[in-house]
Amino acid sequence: MSEHLTIYPIIVHLLTAILLLLFWMKPQVQRYISILGSAVGIVIAVLLFQRVWENGIQSVQLGNWEAPFGISMVADTLAVTLILLTNIVAFALSIYSTETMVSSRVKFGYYAIFHFLVMGLSGAFLTGDLFNLYVWFEVIIISSFVLLTIGGRKIQIEGAVKYFTLNMISSIIFLTGIAMVYGATGSLNMAELSRIIPEIENKGLMATISLVFFIGFGVKSGVFPLYFWLPASYHTPPAAVSALFAGLLTKVGIYAMIRVFTLIFPLGETNQMILMIISALTIFFGGIGALVQKDVLRVFSYLIICHIGFMVGGLSLFTEVAIIGAVLYMFHDIIVKATLFMMGGVFYRIFGHTKMENMGGLMNNYPRLSLLFAIPLFALVGIPPLSGFWPKVSLFSASYEQGAIFMLIVFIFASLITLVIIAKVWNKTFSKNPTTLPRQKNLRYFDQFSIREKAAFIVPIAMLVGVTLYYSFFAEHFQLIATRIGEELMNSEHYYNAVFKTKEVTEL
Amino acid sequence: MKSVILNTVSKTLLPLLILFSVFVLLRGHYLPGGGFIGGLIAAVAFILHAFANGLTETRKLLRIHPGFLIPVGLLLAVISALAPILVTGEPLMTGLWHDKDIAILGKIGSALFFDTGVYLVVIGVCLTIIFTISESV
Amino acid sequence: MEILLAIMTGVLYAAGIYLILRRSLVKLIIGIVILGNGVNLLIFLMGGLVKERPPLIPEDGKMLEGVFADPVPQALILTAIVISFGLQSFAIVLIKRAYKVLKTDDIDTLNKTDDIT
Repeated sequence: MSEHLTIYPIIVHLLTAILLLLFWMKPQVQRYISILGSAVGIVIAVLLFQRVWENGIQSVQLGNWEAPFGISMVADTLAVTLILLTNIVAFALSIYSTETMVSSRVKFGYYAIFHFLVMGLSGAFLTGDLFNLYVWFEVIIISSFVLLTIGGRKIQIEGAVKYFTLNMISSIIFLTGIAMVYGATGSLNMAELSRIIPEIENKGLMATISLVFFIGFGVKSGVFPLYFWLPASYHTPPAAVSALFAGLLTKVGIYAMIRVFTLIFPLGETNQMILMIISALTIFFGGIGALVQKDVLRVFSYLIICHIGFMVGGLSLFTEVAIIGAVLYMFHDIIVKATLFMMGGVFYRIFGHTKMENMGGLMNNYPRLSLLFAIPLFALVGIPPLSGFWPKVSLFSASYEQGAIFMLIVFIFASLITLVIIAKVWNKTFSKNPTTLPRQKNLRYFDQFSIREKAAFIVPIAMLVGVTLYYSFFAEHFQLIATRIGEELMNSEHYYNAVFKTKEVTEL
Repeated sequence: MKSVILNTVSKTLLPLLILFSVFVLLRGHYLPGGGFIGGLIAAVAFILHAFANGLTETRKLLRIHPGFLIPVGLLLAVISALAPILVTGEPLMTGLWHDKDIAILGKIGSALFFDTGVYLVVIGVCLTIIFTISESV
Repeated sequence: MEILLAIMTGVLYAAGIYLILRRSLVKLIIGIVILGNGVNLLIFLMGGLVKERPPLIPEDGKMLEGVFADPVPQALILTAIVISFGLQSFAIVLIKRAYKVLKTDDIDTLNKTDDIT
């Protein structure tokens, strides 16, 4: 039983989704099942994390087919940490959705699709097979399409068309890459590929294939020339959905990038150069985009793009310290970006819109709420000791040690532009006086809420802020985890040994 | 669009096609066939019926909402995939086989139940999609 | 034969990309479908062509013998086809809905989501 813990994070959410489908017409029951399922998900993620931490990388061969023939599921430290964070965010969003999701949307299958999406994320993190990764990506994409269009407002449909097109094309490019890898090597098992690819003579072909993968993952993670679907769609769905997307969807692209470019195609100098330039452009255009936007949610959308640049930049430096920085940034970003979009939902309920010109006065009217909201915003800027600060230390020192002054400048620019953007958001939403607009008739506003409804909005945000604070003040724990991840990623034999069970125990 | 020929043929074809789909489902493990193809054939049977007699007739024939087949099929598939973990402690989706042959069905194993689950899911998904599209026209 | 199929793959890719670049929503979807078929053909080709040797174990045998077609690409293609079937049916519903709500088929007029207001 317990030796198969590796695949349980997937099973939990699948079973929850099935149960939710069976209670199709009972929204209230669905809400409880969803919260319960997510809670179980956290427990299992913690158990799995504990096991991987104690016993090294875990792997399971599905169907008991031996490693290169069957599908391997591999839980290394990076994967389990991401699964843990995913489950925490999912739990917070299950609670958050109880009040933000109207019953008609729940009857449309919101919760079931939500859990299918989380299942897809867990699967993508765990899988050790390239084609299986594609399948999980498709699970994620299909679920996210449905979540994006639930409700069917005009702007949602328009955003969905853009999101759909670019993500479909990216899947097709990814699949092309898989076909080329299979043609060149005859295998799709990531561990086996890590041994085969270095021995292939035709380096030019391998470089081409790696760039095909980069384009495929690049669309998903939203790097510079490929990000246009993101700000076009992320502000359109309900807050709970965009929080899930913002926290996790782009990160799964980055995860795939880190996995493929450390394990299968270790970055060469040319690719490092390409990634560096793209990271710089992503930061620049994301930052400038966020600066000119006037809607809070769209500012946040562009901030996602801007900060993707940090992770790509960390990967592009390709030293252990830099990878540690990138991974740490990813952990911080998952929590904070999800919190930001949940805050966006609260803004919407307070003001009835999310246009910054007409917002303001939060600090006077809701002082305690403002204090809560200030933490993720400041964490995003990276004010010490909040969580954004620690990954930046690693990233700055890595780029300095490597003599990559260009990247150092880029990272500093990104931090500054984030500071400017957050200062602008703070000014416009928290301190200036609001222009009062006539209230929308069919929207319940925040001050009309009962205590219970308010709690459903605020408690999950407070939970995630708690995680941010934990990250901030116990950063050494995350540093420890990230150090081990860095070691595992830079030495692919750990991964290989865990999959093929070559009897040297994979202790670190 | 009412056509007597299509009407009559669809009524005869419906049971035949469903029988054929079950046949394809059962032979699926070692020979070409399986849950997905079987499910598609069964779905085609109902879609043909809907073509000839209209959607409401087909809904009446089905009695349950086709969407309901999705969780049921998924549940069956998940349970049969989990069975090796619960029974023998082997990894997910390992095939468990009954030793003796059973008449008509042949060797029974967890793979058959998995395929049956897939069969139900495919019918459910196809019919839900087709019904939704044709209803919104 | 392989050369022919390789050219065919190229033609499918080119046609798909050309259609995606047109301004009509319907052509966009058709383009994606054609591109998907191109990828499937590519996977099929990458396994190498083996004629008339299906990877099926004969009744009296225990394992496959001699040259036989690689079953992995076929399994991959089947999976990819199933997935693209789901996605494409969703896409068709989506563009129908988009046409109803937005009352246009012209992609160039879909610029509401990018307004800075």
